[in-house]
Amino acid sequence: MKLTALFCLAACAGIAHADTELVVATVNNGHMITMQKLGKFFEKDNPGVKLKWVTLEEGTLRQRVTTDIATKGGQFDVMTIGMYETPIWGKKGWLAEIKPDAKYDIDDMLPAMRQGLSVDGKLYAAPFYGESSMLMYRSDLVQKAGMQMPAHPTWTQIRDIAAKINDPAKGVYGICLRGKPGWGDNMAFLTTLVNSYGGQWFDMKWKPQLTTKPWKDAITFYVDLLKKYGPPGSSANSFNEILALYNEGKCGMWVDATIAASFITDPKQSKVADKVAFASAPVQVTAKGSNWLWAWALAVPASSTKKDAAEKFIKWATSKEYVNLVGKEVGWGSVPTGTRKSTYANAEFLKVAKFAEAEKAAIISANPKDSTLPKSPYVGVQFASIPEFQAIGIATGQQMSAALAGKVSVDKALELSQQAAEREMTKAGYYK
Amino acid sequence: MKKLTARILLTPAVGSLFLWMIVPLVMSIYFSVIRYNLMSPGEEEFIGLMNYHFFVTDPGFWPAVLNTFILIGAVIGITLVLGIALALLVNDKFPGQSLVRILLISPFFVMPAVNALLWKHMMMNPIYGVLAHVWHFFGLQPVNWLESFPLLSVIIMVSWQWLPFACLIFITSLQSMDREQLEAARMDGANYVQQFRYMYLPHLSRSVAVVIMIEMIFLLSVFAEIFTTTGGGPGFESTNIAFMIYVQGLMNFDVGVASAGGLFAVILANIASIFLIRIIGKNLEK
Repeated sequence: MKLTALFCLAACAGIAHADTELVVATVNNGHMITMQKLGKFFEKDNPGVKLKWVTLEEGTLRQRVTTDIATKGGQFDVMTIGMYETPIWGKKGWLAEIKPDAKYDIDDMLPAMRQGLSVDGKLYAAPFYGESSMLMYRSDLVQKAGMQMPAHPTWTQIRDIAAKINDPAKGVYGICLRGKPGWGDNMAFLTTLVNSYGGQWFDMKWKPQLTTKPWKDAITFYVDLLKKYGPPGSSANSFNEILALYNEGKCGMWVDATIAASFITDPKQSKVADKVAFASAPVQVTAKGSNWLWAWALAVPASSTKKDAAEKFIKWATSKEYVNLVGKEVGWGSVPTGTRKSTYANAEFLKVAKFAEAEKAAIISANPKDSTLPKSPYVGVQFASIPEFQAIGIATGQQMSAALAGKVSVDKALELSQQAAEREMTKAGYYK
Repeated sequence: MKKLTARILLTPAVGSLFLWMIVPLVMSIYFSVIRYNLMSPGEEEFIGLMNYHFFVTDPGFWPAVLNTFILIGAVIGITLVLGIALALLVNDKFPGQSLVRILLISPFFVMPAVNALLWKHMMMNPIYGVLAHVWHFFGLQPVNWLESFPLLSVIIMVSWQWLPFACLIFITSLQSMDREQLEAARMDGANYVQQFRYMYLPHLSRSVAVVIMIEMIFLLSVFAEIFTTTGGGPGFESTNIAFMIYVQGLMNFDVGVASAGGLFAVILANIASIFLIRIIGKNLEK
């Protein structure tokens, strides 16, 4: 009887409102899966709005979203995009502006995030979670080796420590770093490494700089470091692969996204949860651009016919209240971080997240508008925010992983990358 | 008069088939002569054959063409040899024959992407893969398959997938062999090699032709295995034409160059099929 009433209620509600169906495209990362689960709370507060999820792996999502928005396909009402796409698409007028109201409290947002997602002061995407990169290491191994980790290590120091703690016979490798080709895979890390060696992608005349000394030094160092003290098969490792290795206790050190911290300190998935410590991403010639800045953000395509509902959803998913909701429903260790000051002021969050300080410091220190030692014409720390960068980053990533696998020399790999970069820039009509 | 009615009645079907074929082709040709990057649309302009130029002068182009042929050749070779051997092995009656045959054929029903993941993680991973354990067992340093032998790894995966297909065709073919002739040959004192050379092989020739033809068509477009395991790398060592077009179209978002590449693949497939029909068509006519 009760059941029938319930059914009627559901059915009647369905008839009363013509349902607005919001199609949300997102990445299959842990934080987004949580958002999907908690979507029912949003639906409850906003009767008549139904959420339909399209959850995809990062690369696939990028393809779907880009083809959709570029051909004005209109499949999605809310898209998950990054700090790379937002400024390019915002400038083209493909995204609807997000107008914060008083309740949204825009001043609570970390300035680095707000800046990276705005064009001319207008916000085109709201950050869902933000990240920088930092060094994560096994304090027990470093201690056993009789060494000490500086708060701001240099790459030379990192190499010395890696040499000491490397113990392949016991299945522990000195350092794990990304090697899988892709502009968002190995090149994200490598760009920060090159930045810290004083390199850049393009000079002020948009000439690619890949055969310059900083690039050669940085890549030679990287290949050498991973060959000596890295796990076998590094050229196929990206974030998820290394996360699995780290959680199994096979990595001594790891420089990667700050978001990894919440996974490797979670005893449910990590065997070394209590032995992890953090330091800032290593520097060498300069500290500029040594750690990256990234945000996964939610945006509304300008072509959407349900802009109001979509904006409402975005404001819900990126609000302070949402962070609290995750804290209550899932646990404070799983809240999306890196977007709001209030998160880092929350006592309950700080209690479970020992990485909070290091993460906040890393995010604040990154500046996408000034991330290289020589002046650069582009915006972005671990990428150049121009449409051509994607192809250049992919081509270079392929060569770097070939160099890492020992298939070509570092010099040859950089030379081929330089050629690829020049081709793309010529094709796009930069030099006329 | 009757003929005319028949033709009129056929028109809608033929017409729609024609459109279905011609529209994508014409669009590809159109895209291949304009500058069209999805990351910066609205800037399309006619650029003639520039896209073809960029595709053919891509540093990955020749390695990709070569890899495509190596991949096809190696997989066809492996599946033919092992397929015939396995088919002969399970041809004679033995207990549990039907079960063994089902097991033999099952890899063909595994999806390509699953096949790739299976090999990447369960078999070839240098740290926890089955092969690494085998190597360790013999006191050897495990081979890092996907990094050291990327193309060979892909060939192994694709062969594993296509071997059952070849096997199935050969088993069926062997079923139809004349037992009495074989018996007679044996009575006349022909040993196994002679039987194989003069009885089995000629009988199998038609199915060999079928296997080569069908595999050739499907292997030109091998993609999932490369995409999931090596990503075409390291460098260009496991990039084939299909993967290269994918990189141009969906990773670089350069529709123009990708269309040029697609048309190149069409031409390549046509050249291959001309040779194929010459060689195999004759065989089938017999």
